[in-house]
Amino acid sequence: MGGIDPVVLIASLMVASTPILLAAIGELVVEKAGVLNLGVEGMMILGAICGFATAVETGSPALGFVAAAIAGAAFSMIFGLLTQYLLSNQVATGLALTLFGLGLSALIGQGYVGIKAPNTPRLDLPVLSDLPIVGPILFSHDAMLYVSLLIVAGVWLFLSRTRGGLILRAVGESHDAAHALGYKVIRIRLMAIAFGGACAGLGGAYLSLVRVPQWTEGMTAGAGWIALAIVVFASWRPWYALIGAYLFGGIVVLELNLQAAGVKVPVDLLAASPYLVTILVLVLMSRSKSRAALNAPADLGRSFHATA
Amino acid sequence: MKFRLALKGAALAVATSVAGMAMAEDPTKVGFVYVGPIGDGGWTYQHDQGRLAVEAEFGDKVETIFQESVPEGADSERVMTQMALAGADIIFTTSFGYMDATNAVAAKFPDVKFEHATGYKRLHPNVATYDSRFYEGRAVLGHIAGKMTETNKIGYIASFPIPEVIQGINSYFLHAQKVNPDVELTVIWVYTWFDPAKEADAAKAMIEQGVDVITQHTDSTAPLAEMAKTDGIIGFGQASDMGEYKPAPRVASIIDNWNPYYIKRVKAVMDGTWEQGHSWGGMAEGEVVIGEITGPVPDDLKAEAMGMVEAITAGDYHPFTGPIMKQDGSVFLAEGEVATDEQLVTMDFYIQGITGEIPN
Repeated sequence: MGGIDPVVLIASLMVASTPILLAAIGELVVEKAGVLNLGVEGMMILGAICGFATAVETGSPALGFVAAAIAGAAFSMIFGLLTQYLLSNQVATGLALTLFGLGLSALIGQGYVGIKAPNTPRLDLPVLSDLPIVGPILFSHDAMLYVSLLIVAGVWLFLSRTRGGLILRAVGESHDAAHALGYKVIRIRLMAIAFGGACAGLGGAYLSLVRVPQWTEGMTAGAGWIALAIVVFASWRPWYALIGAYLFGGIVVLELNLQAAGVKVPVDLLAASPYLVTILVLVLMSRSKSRAALNAPADLGRSFHATA
Repeated sequence: MKFRLALKGAALAVATSVAGMAMAEDPTKVGFVYVGPIGDGGWTYQHDQGRLAVEAEFGDKVETIFQESVPEGADSERVMTQMALAGADIIFTTSFGYMDATNAVAAKFPDVKFEHATGYKRLHPNVATYDSRFYEGRAVLGHIAGKMTETNKIGYIASFPIPEVIQGINSYFLHAQKVNPDVELTVIWVYTWFDPAKEADAAKAMIEQGVDVITQHTDSTAPLAEMAKTDGIIGFGQASDMGEYKPAPRVASIIDNWNPYYIKRVKAVMDGTWEQGHSWGGMAEGEVVIGEITGPVPDDLKAEAMGMVEAITAGDYHPFTGPIMKQDGSVFLAEGEVATDEQLVTMDFYIQGITGEIPN
């Protein structure tokens, strides 16, 4: 591949993929608990502006990320209250959350257009960061990128190796059974929704503080929807979500770099490929009639109302 | 965004019900359909400045409505229909991709005037088109780029392969090559008008390839934010001045000034003199403005650039004046020949010296 440095390419695809990875891993937990929150885009953009504003006001990107997580979680609670207590339709409520988030973030962001964000420091380890190949890929990113990988590992550990994860999955598979066993279905789902909101908020802040870095209205530009697609693509498995996110981010970065290097590529096809891949995966997975093959939580998107 | 429109609509409803009693005359209702958010700091921001200029000019004789971030395609048809049903007298649709939707809706509402930006289809008597000669501005940027580049690699972040963008690429490269025969152009097609993350990634990919002067045909300031990370990289404001990146990396800009056109056309609707047509204004009409040239650009180069602006404004110089060859070596314009508007609006080829292909 003429003129492209694969090391630089991998390093930049990791950065490009982190926002959608964070949002996707959060949504994965939400969906595992049986809740479909289509408001990812709205929570991301709200995290982007809250993180950016906090970082600018305090001068600390770390505080910005904390604020973004809190803002995302708090915002997701609107969805939580509406769907879990008032039993509103999850699809419609999620869409409304996205629209509300886009508008609210534009309002909050009025005073932050054209301001520069404080620099997020990159890891600089004495020997490791200078290693050829491994150094740029593994040891010279900003801290948040490592946090995103830790969150993936943590989610995997939690879902597959802990009692808490088992309960959460039980709630997602059959809320009536979980309820009959005495688990607080609503409370567990609210916690999952808040976690999803926090992760989406972090993903948004990664966009406005590291990847771009600036505040622009509507800057997520559909990243939240890609994150939703990745959850399905990953068939609700955390490590697959990581692969999915890096694949999606990788296609975008690769396509741009191939063009910059003057390699002849079918650009329009590549630009559409993440969406084509999503459709393909959906078709392949839904080919089999059994729910097990689809791996989707059985009670995904269904409202729970304790009757007894 | 729709939420905000709803709020605005509610506020307007209250305002008009109160004002309606006092005011007998119905204000002219003007609609705007935007492809990005009004806070994009570029293309849509400038159109919205035009809307505000209309409000300032006519006061309570006009009422403006707008909707942001309307996707090109079927959804835009719904938005335009809503505006027409809401009583709009004239609707400005401000992106190339609204072309077919504009004509389709115009057929259903023969009494509503439609104005489509940067397009060429006028299938009904109530559809006009308007555009700006951005390539005039690109010529000046190309001149600056050709002289400023140290690596002899300049870049162009392109949106969609349509004539308007291809004119810009050709004009930019032509004038860079005139002052620097060794210059090479890298074009990246991002297939979006507005996606800050992707725009920034495109700039990053160019910088990694050694490109040190980048211009963009997309709407956000994200590429400039990316350039600001690396010393010695310069770029230009697009559509709007993007002055927050002064004095560097932004060293100049092309500003789209739609205000005169919007005021003129709304006036025509009020007077009942509106007619279908195609308007293509440039520097001479004040529609294309070069923003302040700053920072790293030396004074003599600045003077040359201003000289170009004067010559183009006065009509003494046309950026596409022969001899110009097409990429395949065939003649586009002979010595001294000037491109016709027809040749420009159908431009679908690169000029000689640009490597790569236009995707289709």
